[in-house]
Amino acid sequence: MTDFSNAQPLLRADRVTRTFGRIVGCADVSLDLYPGEVLGIVGESGSGKSTLLRCLFAADTPDSGTVAYTLRHGETRNVHTMLDAERRMLMRTDWAFVHQNPRDGLRMHVSAGGNVGERLMATGERHYGNIRATAGEWLDKVEIADERIDDLPVTFSGGMQQRLQIARNLVTRPRLAFMDEPTGGLDVSVQARLLDLLRGLVSDLGLAAIVVTHDLAVARHLSHRLMVMKQGRVVETGLTDQVLDDPQHPYSQLLVSSILRA
Amino acid sequence: MSTDTGYNFAYLDEQTKRMIRRAILKAIAVPGYQVPFASREMPMPYGWGTGGVQVTASVITRDDTLKVIDQGSDDTTNAVSIRKFFAKTAGVATTDRTTEASVIQTRHRIPETPLKASQIIVYQVPIPEPLRFLEPRETETRRMHALEDYGLMHVKLYEDIARHGHIATTYAYPVRVNDRYVSDPSPTPKFDNPKMDNCPALQLFGAGREKRIYAIPPYTKVQSLDFDDHPFEVQTWEQDCALCGADDTFLDEVITDDRGGRMFVCSDSDYCRERRDGGHVGAQSPEAAE
Repeated sequence: MTDFSNAQPLLRADRVTRTFGRIVGCADVSLDLYPGEVLGIVGESGSGKSTLLRCLFAADTPDSGTVAYTLRHGETRNVHTMLDAERRMLMRTDWAFVHQNPRDGLRMHVSAGGNVGERLMATGERHYGNIRATAGEWLDKVEIADERIDDLPVTFSGGMQQRLQIARNLVTRPRLAFMDEPTGGLDVSVQARLLDLLRGLVSDLGLAAIVVTHDLAVARHLSHRLMVMKQGRVVETGLTDQVLDDPQHPYSQLLVSSILRA
Repeated sequence: MSTDTGYNFAYLDEQTKRMIRRAILKAIAVPGYQVPFASREMPMPYGWGTGGVQVTASVITRDDTLKVIDQGSDDTTNAVSIRKFFAKTAGVATTDRTTEASVIQTRHRIPETPLKASQIIVYQVPIPEPLRFLEPRETETRRMHALEDYGLMHVKLYEDIARHGHIATTYAYPVRVNDRYVSDPSPTPKFDNPKMDNCPALQLFGAGREKRIYAIPPYTKVQSLDFDDHPFEVQTWEQDCALCGADDTFLDEVITDDRGGRMFVCSDSDYCRERRDGGHVGAQSPEAAE
């Protein structure tokens, strides 16, 4: 395991609260995420997982609380007050997004190679041959056959689309990935392969990740630490094994005991 | 300022012209940036050059000489009707000759004769947003321009090469103006893109339906987007012009009969005529047949 004791947190959320009128999205959530660490956020639907995630990458602005991100050169910035241009730069270099539905994360009518190459071109790469070669390497890493490089994502299976989305995001070697139900909607065998792939990539790249999921198996497989949310609040945090094997809060216990045994 | 035809000079009322001139000044100050303006209803349908006509009406003076071209020709319906429109409503002199004109309104071409510092060229633009077909949301494209977020534009060129082996965009080929804004040169063939770079004439673009004006001031850097290993190239033809023999102009293919007969002629009819007047002869010109 990575030693986190001396490191500065990559992402620090401090008492993040987001309400929608009288409805609480998330309340008083604080968390630290260190480089290379994978944090799972679990809870039933409506527990505020996605709202929290949106606040973390500044797609939504919290009513109160701050989210600070440490840039590559060591400076720590509030993600909600930085300039649009700076945030965009982070979104195409330092941050990766894996959406539950690949349609939200891919350009469905741009070829697989173009999808992977977009971030490279957005960051100034202007050599077609290099872009294509890098795209090819990444397709290979996510187990998409080389000859599919010019095919449109609409012709891909759900699992392939999801893997393409991952390649498209990781091509700039980001430091932090936000994943919202990365395996949702995939069948079990495809899920397993995708999880293995993600785990390999995360450890190869030293990528930190926040994985939002309702699937405890996914959380156990991917994450080092786990946060359990209920009605917008964090009810329990701890090492993944600890939380899943010896849940303390009654809600965590209910969640763990609700897993169907095959 | 009314003329004896009962129209205000150049059709538009003075307040409207003032508003459009303000937009033009802003456009010149920020080269390539699309300035919104309150486009008026014109006595012609959208798509027939309502944007160009409004820009021309706002910059033209009594001393100007107007030339109007459509696809390079002075004799097509659109060109003839707009020329007559200004002859009637502004009473200005009109001409077919590029060298004699002080204001040139154009659709789809830039004249072959190099433009001069004293000239203004007005482009009719159907869709001013070069990112429109890649990103349909106006809010998003505006943000992309503001943040210089132009990766998507290269994705389109990448797709061209991946599919066709070369950049297959042949008209409305995106340019970067003054190292800042990516702009649409209007549907001119990419053959004309190099003429826009460092051009001595003032270039104004009007999009009536989309309500946008943008400009390229004289002597401004205009760069066609490309890849290092797939540089920008203009079209070339195997033929020379069949009438004037020119080998460096943009050619139109003209079908001459229903048995496959065809000829390639300069699309710029004024340029072609001037060459023929100067004694140049092409393979199919009447002089050559005699």
